[in-house]
Amino acid sequence: MGISVEGANKRFGGFQALDDVSIEVPDGSLTALLGPSGSGKSTLLRAIAGLEDLDSGLVTINGENATGKPAQKRGVGFVFQHYAAFKHMTVYDNVAFGLKIRRWEREKISQRVHELLDLVQLPGLADRYPSQLSGGQRQRMALARALAVEPQVLLLDEPFGALDAKVRKDLRTWLRNLHEEMHVTTIFVTHDQEEAMDVAGQLVVMNEGRVEQSGSADDLYEHPANEFVMSFVGEVNRLGDHFVRPHDMEVVLDRDERSQEGLVQRIVTLGFEVRVELVLSDGTEVWAQLTRAELQRLELRESQIAYLRPVQAKSFNGSSPSLPDGASTPLGSRDGGDAGLPAAV
Amino acid sequence: MSSRWGLRFLGLGYLTLLLLIPLAMIFYKTFEDGIGPPLDAVTSPDGLHALKLSLLMVAISVPLNTIFGVGCALLLVRHKTKLNPGIDAVINLPFAVSPVVIGLSLYLLYGVGGWFSFIGEEGLKIVFAVPGMVLASIFVSLPFVVRETVPVLQEIGTDQERAASTLGANGWQTFWKITLPSIRWGVAYGIVLTTARVLGEFGAVTIVSGSISGQTQTLPLFVEKQYANFNSTGAYGASLVLALLALITLFAMNLLKRKEDA
Repeated sequence: MGISVEGANKRFGGFQALDDVSIEVPDGSLTALLGPSGSGKSTLLRAIAGLEDLDSGLVTINGENATGKPAQKRGVGFVFQHYAAFKHMTVYDNVAFGLKIRRWEREKISQRVHELLDLVQLPGLADRYPSQLSGGQRQRMALARALAVEPQVLLLDEPFGALDAKVRKDLRTWLRNLHEEMHVTTIFVTHDQEEAMDVAGQLVVMNEGRVEQSGSADDLYEHPANEFVMSFVGEVNRLGDHFVRPHDMEVVLDRDERSQEGLVQRIVTLGFEVRVELVLSDGTEVWAQLTRAELQRLELRESQIAYLRPVQAKSFNGSSPSLPDGASTPLGSRDGGDAGLPAAV
Repeated sequence: MSSRWGLRFLGLGYLTLLLLIPLAMIFYKTFEDGIGPPLDAVTSPDGLHALKLSLLMVAISVPLNTIFGVGCALLLVRHKTKLNPGIDAVINLPFAVSPVVIGLSLYLLYGVGGWFSFIGEEGLKIVFAVPGMVLASIFVSLPFVVRETVPVLQEIGTDQERAASTLGANGWQTFWKITLPSIRWGVAYGIVLTTARVLGEFGAVTIVSGSISGQTQTLPLFVEKQYANFNSTGAYGASLVLALLALITLFAMNLLKRKEDA
């Protein structure tokens, strides 16, 4: 049950949008397809909806082979990034569209539409036109429209991409709650890793038409399969062959054999979090994430020399026998040179 | 400030000299001897027949070109094929080729000795008859609906249509409920332009119709014949009717434009 895609391939001219992609989405789950633009995530979503034909591969929805079935027969609800509101129809007619196509009775349609408008918190706006709604309201209307026909699966293509930050955060929470109520299998495409981690239970990270890794947010963050996943899910600094999370960068004022010298270039305070940007002696630019309290204790200022001590680093360099793929190594236990870190001057 | 006034003066002056004065002259000349003579000319059997024939041209050409135009625009925008650039270029032909040449080509094709002259021999007279005039009218006014609809179709994009299909609508339902309502002002604008073009068509229709009074004369041909026969008042009167019809279509166009902007 749920949704499964096996061996999906899709080529647009010379561009391989999907390269042998297989994913498994459990029934009732909320899954995020995460990746940069051009990674194939939207193509994959459209292929599941039947809006895009695959060159090869199999799409199964709730145990039924959906490959080659037209979109209208797949029983999916689809929400577009730019809402795809029917501009010439009122909110009511937008939401009622799928029900009218299914020839529901007038009273039943009216009842269902008003239920849905309550659910998406747009009661009383039934007679408005989409142009009279805000972006967030339009997207909620689009969601009500998609849910009206009781789809087997709900597919959302960057649903909050066109909204401003505040509305986006509200809608995320709201979508998560809605999913908890409805339990309809949902796939949700985004390029925003924070959004994906916030909303989804399962993440599928895509890059250049391939699935890089899938798993829970914790899994991906703690055990990234490769360099791409590590740098895409969460922030990362690169020190030689090693990757260090900014919060695993310790900043100290006195040097020792494990630390590297750096020049503090900029200190940015983002509320509770402080971002310290440094340049190492070899020109590498890195940043460390500190708390406000830590910054005050260090009395750090711009243009001063400080020392960096990576607490934990990862290397995906298979050629190094002592560092297997994806191994997590506390750098403190190794000597600096061997770990591939440029020695402190 | 002064340059803006200068530009306005120049623009208005140009329009007055080239458009408004000639049209005003017609108005003035028509009623120079009172309302009687022009009215007689226009309501003469030949004059009324010309008016009816002009309206018949509109009634046949406009619906056909509208259906073809919308279909063609959908093909050009929604179904990309290798033939599209070719189709796109061919659609512009009526804009590029002189109407007289279009009339001549129809005459050569359907007239005596032409490839399709057998149709006339079978009993359906094309040249020097209404069917030929309809063909000419369709030819000259063919691009308008396509040209007005293509940009609107491109602008609305495919998201709404895709959304409709995920909601269970088939192609036909999507077209009637989503696509057509979204492009309606573009299509309407194209219809108005087509109407104006068909009403005013002279060159192509002259050649294929033979301009036989009371039989194959549209209003523009009637005007020309009256003028050639030194019946200036009749020519002016019919011209005025034509100008009025044109004004009505222009007015309709302005209404649509305003609606589109709103």
